[in-house]
Amino acid sequence: MKFVIFLSLIAALLSSCTTVQPWEKDLLAKPSMALTPSEIDSFLDEHIYFSKEGSTGGQGVGGGGCGCN
Amino acid sequence: MQLNKKHKQVQSVRSKLALATCSLLQVTSQSAQAGEDQWKIDADLLIYSESDSRVSLVEPVVNMEKGIGEDDSINIRIITDSITGSTPNGALPTNTGVQTFTNPSGKSIYTTAAGKNPLNSTFRDQRTAISVDYTQALSRLSRITWGLNANKEYDYSAFGGSATYQQEFNNRNSTLTVGVGTSSDTWFPVGDKNTEFAPMIDGSQTTTAQPKGGEDTKTTTDFMVGWTQIINRSTLMQFNLGMSNSSGYLTDPYKIISVVDINGNPDNTGLGANSFPYLYEKRPDSRSRKTFFWKGVHHLTEDVINLSYRYFTDDWGIKSHTLDFHYRYELNGGSYLQPHLRYYSQTAADFYQHSVLNPTSTGTALPEFASNDYRLGEFVTTTMGLKYAMPVGKDSEFSMRLELMNQTYNTVGTLYGQQNTLELTPDLNATIIQFGYSLYW
Repeated sequence: MKFVIFLSLIAALLSSCTTVQPWEKDLLAKPSMALTPSEIDSFLDEHIYFSKEGSTGGQGVGGGGCGCN
Repeated sequence: MQLNKKHKQVQSVRSKLALATCSLLQVTSQSAQAGEDQWKIDADLLIYSESDSRVSLVEPVVNMEKGIGEDDSINIRIITDSITGSTPNGALPTNTGVQTFTNPSGKSIYTTAAGKNPLNSTFRDQRTAISVDYTQALSRLSRITWGLNANKEYDYSAFGGSATYQQEFNNRNSTLTVGVGTSSDTWFPVGDKNTEFAPMIDGSQTTTAQPKGGEDTKTTTDFMVGWTQIINRSTLMQFNLGMSNSSGYLTDPYKIISVVDINGNPDNTGLGANSFPYLYEKRPDSRSRKTFFWKGVHHLTEDVINLSYRYFTDDWGIKSHTLDFHYRYELNGGSYLQPHLRYYSQTAADFYQHSVLNPTSTGTALPEFASNDYRLGEFVTTTMGLKYAMPVGKDSEFSMRLELMNQTYNTVGTLYGQQNTLELTPDLNATIIQFGYSLYW
């Protein structure tokens, strides 16, 4: 039930979006606006926190584990 | 002929425009930047260092990316790292005297002074990992990324594969992402795997042997579905739901847990000849994780805010919240400063406990599973960082960042006697330094 409410909220939020035309995407096209501006920074951070915390994942799939201590 | 040429030109411009627009929503956003003839190379060096002579890590990473044909791209990442230092062995500090432990090899011993956090100082590892991602355009609005990775450590190996499909909709304002991945991992513990819940045998004698079990494996499968949405001209959001299942050997082969009496004193009564008062830990052989992830990227007049939140829950009883905030502050000439704040809090796994009561002297049965691995406990991580990047020449960039991380732990469950007066899990502080150089070649 919680999940359905949650999805409904997201759907409501997204339906309020305006369609941005290709010629209006100048800001969105900047490298700094990428969802992950630095793949390496994110990769290294994920590796550190994977080794030090009990949670992983969220942003992708695969990647393999490590015998981290 | 002329017509054909014109048609080709139009097609080429169209495909370039498509590629440029594509990059807005791609997971590997840099794909479109690495051209067909050039490699985009990122070479970074990470230096990670924990306080109190705990873990130190030096990790060079090279990431190479290149466009192939009009729409495809390949990404290759190579990592090597070298780890030294001390890591908590899982036993508790005690004020009753020096504690003696057996090294992972099983052939020698080390000691920890009274009141000190027991650390295994023989911890060393070397790792080499390689991953290759190939992104293949399926149509104007869809693509698939095939990923392969291999990871080899001194005592561990992992091989994995993944496939991530992306489909754009709504005039390229929305992207659906569906991904699956799998990894097959093997432990080759130093001195072989210790039998779970077997007592730690004194490594300085040769009469009694440590129960061992060779190597062991685990398998992990991941699934995710995500939606990326352009909200308006300056805002982008991503929503991901993820599931992951692991099965096999999920115990840490080196971690132990203290066996104590009702007063919290180490107690090896009934554990057998030449036994220290510690058991090798035991975890369930399956784990199911779920995540919800949200990220928003917003362009201000010049600067960019990148904010994300992750909720994590698993069937071991861990729940966590992660908030991550980057603010990119644009300087003159293409340089920027980027402060970073991260907050993470987690609850403990159901089987996390600081010690187990001695079954013989207290008449208490051992639990089904038990671990005092601090990473399964209740704690908060806070990280503060700053990155500075500056362009070098036309196509290169140099960057460096400094981050300070702190972990503060809470005690969980019942404490016995002296455990109430000791600092069972001291704070962890770590410094992260990273230098990066990227260029087109």
